[in-house]
Amino acid sequence: MKFVREIGVSGKIGAASVLLFPTVFRSRDSRADFAHQLYKTGISTLPVVTVVSLFIGMILALQVGLELRRFNQEIYLGAAVMISLIREMAPFSCGLCLASCVGSSIAAEIGTMKVNDEIDALKIMGISPVKFLAVPRILALSVMAPLVAFYCCVIGTIGGGIVGSTQLGVDFGQYISSAMSIAEEKDLFVGLVKALVFGNVIGIVAVSEGLGTKLGATGVGKSTQRSVIVSFLLILMLGYMITRLCYQ
Amino acid sequence: MSIINFRNVTKEFDGVKVLDDLSFGIEKGEILAIVGPSGTGKSVTLKHIVGLLEPDSGTIDIEGKPHIGYLFQSGALLAWLTVYENIALPLKETTRLKEREIDALVKEALEKVELSDAADKYPSEISGGMQKRAGLARAIVRQADVVLYDEPTSGLDPVTSLHIHQLIRKLNREQGITSVVVTHDIQGALNLADRIMLLKSGRAVEIAKVADFAASGNPEVREFLIAMQGEMQ
Repeated sequence: MKFVREIGVSGKIGAASVLLFPTVFRSRDSRADFAHQLYKTGISTLPVVTVVSLFIGMILALQVGLELRRFNQEIYLGAAVMISLIREMAPFSCGLCLASCVGSSIAAEIGTMKVNDEIDALKIMGISPVKFLAVPRILALSVMAPLVAFYCCVIGTIGGGIVGSTQLGVDFGQYISSAMSIAEEKDLFVGLVKALVFGNVIGIVAVSEGLGTKLGATGVGKSTQRSVIVSFLLILMLGYMITRLCYQ
Repeated sequence: MSIINFRNVTKEFDGVKVLDDLSFGIEKGEILAIVGPSGTGKSVTLKHIVGLLEPDSGTIDIEGKPHIGYLFQSGALLAWLTVYENIALPLKETTRLKEREIDALVKEALEKVELSDAADKYPSEISGGMQKRAGLARAIVRQADVVLYDEPTSGLDPVTSLHIHQLIRKLNREQGITSVVVTHDIQGALNLADRIMLLKSGRAVEIAKVADFAASGNPEVREFLIAMQGEMQ
């Protein structure tokens, strides 16, 4: 019963974020807040995203490259790394980074506001917490996630190229041209759509968990934890479903 | 004339009755102090007035459409906004006033609570007493007719508590703001309020003018007053 109620709350927040998104551009203050959320979501997570995607590209290149070398097919290393990244690993790693860095922070921030009566204060002032807090955060995640996923793909490809050229004897130029030859518009589109969905889901889950916080500091901790766990699970499940739909 | 009327209001949380057939009225322009032991439904009563909670049964009638301000125990200021921005927030978000009109109202509210010097500070940079005054300025900035105070002096030293009580009295006397004060501080309530209501187990045990309350022969009131005096000593 509680699970059904939580799904209902998340659904309402998701629907409200779609219906209310023009309010983000309504006033100078709301535009400034949205810009701040974009910065927090995108720019401030870049150091983590860079390290994660670089190593994902390097690991992929090493694992795939060693197998390809057994068949003297190292020239396809770029294509193998690129197809893994663009279709799956870039949106996936972007989703995990955003859920752990941004989603957890949103859940903790809103959860703390809830236990400090700030959410009730907003309601009493006639300000909708969903419009004021949730919409800019969810929208910022939805906008930035595809950009971060694209960035993951670029950095991951470079990471793969570094391993290919230094450890597997693959020329970097040849690696890049192999990578570019395999990348299709559809792959890029599906990858970016996945990232968009992940960003949206991370935002909705984080806000729902934050607004549902109870029982003081312990509750804030639990909400933050649940936000990360639920986001991870949904990213995996939705990732599979989108792949299944687009690559039958 | 009662501006807010509770009629047989009952509220339960997880099977525990927090308000039990509660009936009372709040007179226009008065200061009503609600006192009682912890967990007797004092804050829950306030939350029903502003609609944060709905009664399980009974009704709450509010005359006209008064602007109701609420001062939370913690101040409930938004941490990432300055004191000025916190006070301006309800005006910016819920009215179509121009920047300069908002500025005038915010400065007026800051002056009323004697906090003009802290306008540009963040909540974390000011004391607990100043946070409560900033919360009060935010509660009255929309020309509130009624202000609900949830433990306005908890955690404050006696001098700051006295200052907060003087502010509540000043706003009540000068602007006719109806005030409902939930407090543990029985001495403060006796000095501040026009009437006092004692809540126990969600019921109004006594509601009377201060002098009558202090002289009440009701054994539950006597017991509460003796317990509070003992605590103060």
